[in-house]
This record gives sequence, structure tokens and C-alpha cells, in this order.
Amino acid sequence: MSDNKHTNKAEWPLWEVFIRSKAGLDHKHAGSLHAADVEMAIENARDVYTRRQEGVSIWVVESKNIHASDPGESESLYEPANDKIYRHPTFYNLPDEVKYM
Amino acid sequence: MTQYSFQKHFDDKIDSDMTIEPKDWMPDDYRKTLIRQISQHAHSEIVGMLPEGNWISRAPTLRRKAVLMAKVQDEAGHGLYLYSAAETLGVSRDEMYSQLHTGKAKYSSIFNYPTLTWADMGAIGWLVDGAAIMNQVPLCRTSYGPYARAMVRVCKEESFHQRQGFEIMLTLAKGTEIQRKMAQDAFNRWWWPSLMMFGPPDAESPNTANSVRWRIKRLTNDELRQKFVDVTVEQAKVLGLDMPDKDLKWNEERGHYDFGAINWAEFYNVVKGNGPCNKQRLDARKTAWEKGQWVRDAATAYAEKRAARKAAAAQTKAA
Repeated sequence: MSDNKHTNKAEWPLWEVFIRSKAGLDHKHAGSLHAADVEMAIENARDVYTRRQEGVSIWVVESKNIHASDPGESESLYEPANDKIYRHPTFYNLPDEVKYM
Repeated sequence: MTQYSFQKHFDDKIDSDMTIEPKDWMPDDYRKTLIRQISQHAHSEIVGMLPEGNWISRAPTLRRKAVLMAKVQDEAGHGLYLYSAAETLGVSRDEMYSQLHTGKAKYSSIFNYPTLTWADMGAIGWLVDGAAIMNQVPLCRTSYGPYARAMVRVCKEESFHQRQGFEIMLTLAKGTEIQRKMAQDAFNRWWWPSLMMFGPPDAESPNTANSVRWRIKRLTNDELRQKFVDVTVEQAKVLGLDMPDKDLKWNEERGHYDFGAINWAEFYNVVKGNGPCNKQRLDARKTAWEKGQWVRDAATAYAEKRAARKAAAAQTKAA
């Protein structure tokens, strides 16, 4: 290990925190924090994001591993869905006599 | 897209009340204004822990002590939410710390006043956190997404801060004569600096116009200050304390309280670094950062060691 590593003043990596607020629900993005490793990231997330019983489960992901879609491509990505209303149940007219469908 | 159409796309989003997200194009000035405002806000949360930390070991009861610790812990969290929001704009955490420690970045001047008695814990919660909430609630709808989301979280947690402060004031105000005097004294000392928290008058606030245009700010300094005065006067009546302003008077025509002139010379003097505790606060921050260096180094070394062990174990398994 080089000396350089020990005098390294670099920041700890950034982590994104996802919290499951109660059993059965999805994990949802809560925020981010810096931590030296995954254990510390989870401990810090516990301290910062669940002080008021906001969570029963924590995921942490190093921010550099998250890949996002490009806002500039929103049109080509999402517009094709706009004219496909037949994908929604409300598109179909059924007689009133039909129940539970 | 051309520069022009980027700008137009941005303006359209602002005008239609849509949020701007980190990867969206934004004008340089918008980015700069946000970095300045959010980092100042973060620094204020962090430095704001210091005047109260002073009283944790001297809180009058175990209940008050537990509450004060929870409040100070919240403030550390609020600083973190805000630093994270600023980081999404491309400034690093260490860069922001260094701006704070070198005095390049400011924090709220209110924290440069001393906390002389236990009643100051009450006055800070009631007035300083009250003023902060007044400022922060409109920011939950600010145009920059990460900032707005951080503010939602902050506001949710902050309301207990003001209530616990009011409760301290109420207990003292209804207590012995000495306690009542202590509450009044703290009120007298914190009232004017609290009004200054909203920043200079609109006419002298160079950043207001752009910030309102960009929906970074939703209400001006003077509008927020007036709102704060109006609600606080009523709360002071409940406490049975005297407003420390002989010019305070209900104005029927405006439907607001008129209040006395604020000593802006004092405000600018404290901003410049000449407040009663500027040096003490900044020194405490720098000392905490420097003395924490070995902890950060140790954590990094430990993380490296664990990672190396894991890699070695994986190799043994594979072999």
C-alpha cells in the first residue's frame, strides 16, 4: 500500500439511499450520503433517514453505479406511449350489466 | 438543440411550474445562485448546532436534554440533505466545507450571537426556528427538484423544533419571577436578529428579482418578515411577554403589524465577521474538521482492509 493512500484526503464515495417505509412496499429513494464502505453507508442511512421510524429496510447503492436516462431524449422515450390509450382499461366500453371486470 | 432553444425549454419549464432536475440544462447563473443559496443553507444548519450544543450538558431535566440532543441531531441531518442537494449541481462536499472554513461562504448571521441562558434555547426554537420555517415552507415548492425534496424533509422535522422552543418559553414565562425575566431577556436579545434572518430589505437585495423569476424564492424577504412579525406577536401574547419593539402597532389599513426600524448596520457588521461569536463558531467548525481527520482516515483504511480481505477470500474460494 503506498503512503499516498494514507495521506489521501479524498472524499468518501457517494451513496444513494433507498428506504422501504413498511413491509410490503417498494424501496423508495430517500437521499444520498458519503460513506467509506457499504456497512458505514447503511449505518449512516439508518442515522440520517430513519430517525422517526421511516423505514424497515435500507438499500444503498454507490451513486456511480446508477445510470439514468437522458432528459434530452424524453420525447423519443416517452412519447410513443401517448397515443396508446387502448392500454388502459377505461378505453373499453362495456355494458353496465357486466360486473366485476 | 441550440443555446436559444435550451434556454426556452428551461424558461417554459419554470413558467409551467415544473421542476428542474440535475441532468436538465440550466443557465449558469441559475446553477451558481442555487449552489450559493443551498450551501449557505447547509452551512447554517451545521453551524447552527454550535450555540445549542453549548446547552446539552446543562439542560435542566433529562427530558429537555433528550429533546435538545434530538434537535441538534436533526440539524446535522438537515445539513446533510442540503449538502447532498448542492452536490447534484456539481460542487463537491469538500469544496463546500473548504468554502465555509476559509470564510468564503457565509452562514446565517443569527448563529453568531451567544446563548447566555437556558431561556435562549427556548427563544432559538421559538423565534429562530420559527423564522427558518417561515423561510423554508415556500422552498418546498422551489424550482430545483433536489432542493425542494430536501426542504420537504427538513420542514417535516423542523416543526417539533419550534414547538419545543415555545414550550420552554411557556414554562419559563409561567414560572417564577426570575424565570419570567429570563424568558423576556432572551426574547429581547433574539427578536431583532431573528427579523434580520430574512435578509436585507427587498430594495437592497440584489438577488431577489432573479430568484423570484426562477422560482428559487417564492416570497420576498420583506413579505416573509412581515408574515413572521404578524404570527409572532400573537404567540407572544400567549406567553404573556412584551414585544421588544416600542414602535410595534397594528395597522388597520394594511392588515399587518407595523414594526420598528431594523438596525441594518449591525446586520452587515455581523455578516462581515464582526458579530459577538463569528470567530468562536468558525474556530469550533475548523477544529472539529481537523480533529476528525484521523477518524476519516481510519474509516478509509478500514474499508480498504475489509475490501482486500473480501477479495482474498473470494480468490481462495475460486482456487
